[in-house]
Amino acid sequence: MTTAPVKAGWRFKQPSVIPGFGLTLGFSLAYLTLIILIPLSGLVWRSAALGWTDFWAIAADRRTLNALKISFGTAFLAAVVNVVFGTLVAWVLVRYRFPGRRIADAMVDLPFALPTAVAGIALTTLYAPNGWIGHLLMPLGIKVAYTPLGIVVALVFIGLPFVVRTVQPIMEEIDKEVEEAAATLGANRFQIITRVLFPGLAPAIITGFSLAFARGVGEYGSVIFIAGNLPFKSEIAPLLIVIRLEEYNYEAATAIAAIMLALSFLMLLVVNLAQTWSRKRYG
Amino acid sequence: MEVRVVNVRKEFERFPALHDVSLDISSGELIALLGPSGSGKTTLLRLIAGLERPTKGAIFFGDEDASQKSIQERNVGFVFQHYALFRHMTVADNIGFGLKVRHGAARPSGQEIRRRALELLDLVQLSGLEKRYPAQLSGGQRQRVALARAMAIEPKVLLLDEPFGALDAQVRRELRRWLREIHDRTGHTTVFVTHDQEEALELADRVVVMSQGRIEQVGTADDIYDTPNSPFVYTFIGESSSLPVKVENGEVWIADRPIGLSAPHAPSGEAVLYFRPHDVDLLDGCSGCIAGTVAASRRVAGTRRVELEVGGERQRVEIELPVDHPAAQKSRVAFRPRRWKLFPAS
Repeated sequence: MTTAPVKAGWRFKQPSVIPGFGLTLGFSLAYLTLIILIPLSGLVWRSAALGWTDFWAIAADRRTLNALKISFGTAFLAAVVNVVFGTLVAWVLVRYRFPGRRIADAMVDLPFALPTAVAGIALTTLYAPNGWIGHLLMPLGIKVAYTPLGIVVALVFIGLPFVVRTVQPIMEEIDKEVEEAAATLGANRFQIITRVLFPGLAPAIITGFSLAFARGVGEYGSVIFIAGNLPFKSEIAPLLIVIRLEEYNYEAATAIAAIMLALSFLMLLVVNLAQTWSRKRYG
Repeated sequence: MEVRVVNVRKEFERFPALHDVSLDISSGELIALLGPSGSGKTTLLRLIAGLERPTKGAIFFGDEDASQKSIQERNVGFVFQHYALFRHMTVADNIGFGLKVRHGAARPSGQEIRRRALELLDLVQLSGLEKRYPAQLSGGQRQRVALARAMAIEPKVLLLDEPFGALDAQVRRELRRWLREIHDRTGHTTVFVTHDQEEALELADRVVVMSQGRIEQVGTADDIYDTPNSPFVYTFIGESSSLPVKVENGEVWIADRPIGLSAPHAPSGEAVLYFRPHDVDLLDGCSGCIAGTVAASRRVAGTRRVELEVGGERQRVEIELPVDHPAAQKSRVAFRPRRWKLFPAS
């Protein structure tokens, strides 16, 4: 290089010959700052005003801890369920031609479009002890509505399209020849799926999982109807924040919010790292 | 392993892709299936592999009826035009895949699989690349890996579907020679599909020319080129010119003049004369020849292509002249085909 060495230790990598890099980067940063960073830093700033001991007292409160545990636990479970069945749904939609396929395909998006409160009320009606499904489960000793299980059901409903819509396009791209090649090499159906198809889908599945999980952690509308909202048992963190707000206890509300923010960010970061790793390997 | 295709018919949703095709391939032979797109050559290859099932007929590997077996049981090596490598596996894992998915005693140890993969990698001249991923290889390298992967399972037959179709001309020529070498060294019965006649004629022991779901001709490069048995083969392989003629008393006529060719066994009536543009004798005078006025003259590499208008109907026909031949300057050229064939007019 003949250009004078730049003083800074690292430089922006010029991504392409297309002009406008400075302009678009500047716009993106300003936009992200305005839309995401300023509101969130307000959150952190507000809870910082609380002081360390008070903050810690709210964070270590049993009710807060339980709410966080329920929020993240149910979101995780729901995301796992969605990964399994969402991938299956995507598979059926991509691989098979059957009457009503387009309708089924469109139906996947409904949880996106439906007001979440409607979903919550509908699910509660179905799963309540005297509801259509609830009264069938009751004799088996399974209670869904007004328990953490109900929360999982609501989050599975909400999160399904995230998995299906991220996995589906990647699945459509799978080359039929790759499967045929594996078959001529002697691999049976099961080996083809586990050794050839699944590893190729892994990055998309991880993305779908993280989206469904993130959505589940933040979900409020549908959950509060079905959860029953018993403190320590089925009270989710977003609801606890609202409760604190209604008590005019803004500091406690922002503190719980800040904790949720930190945890969510951490988990999404881990998922992203996993993704980068798998991209690097399989890309 | 010899392969016999017996009266195979294949329909896709009632549309016939192959009509009653039979073909015998002897053990260790290198066979090319050559034809334009839609001729059924890839379908035939996929039927041999077991990727498709015949609507009618059977395919034998040796004495065994392979058409009753699944793809997995057939033990064929298949190489796809677009490589179809497993993206998430290293080169070595790709090659070892066929051995790794075996069950029980048939499955070699991990060490043995690795040894075999490296050995094959050496055979395809890619030693040292075993840890790379397919995305890090060039097209030619990927196709070599695909071939190594297919050979790893010690296939009864090696099937290649337009193996060099996605590569550029230089690499194609190189890989062609290299495939011939590998075939001579390993002796696998090999069938490959191509639409490139140069590739087929240069590489294969025998060429199967296909058109519209039928086999037109099977033979060595010499047979196919020198004695084509149908107008299709004549026009599809190499250059050809044709003229409508008339046969009378064993003599070939154009309009009202005999052209000095005798065809004692041809039935009298309308016919079409086929010959190679370069395979002609140029004549000075014209008593018994084809004569025409020069309509166009083009220089093509080492020769000059001259287009002539022949007879009262101004039939266009093309012949090739040496570049410095004086006839190229004249407005009227007379010639007689040296090697030719008559086919009944359609």
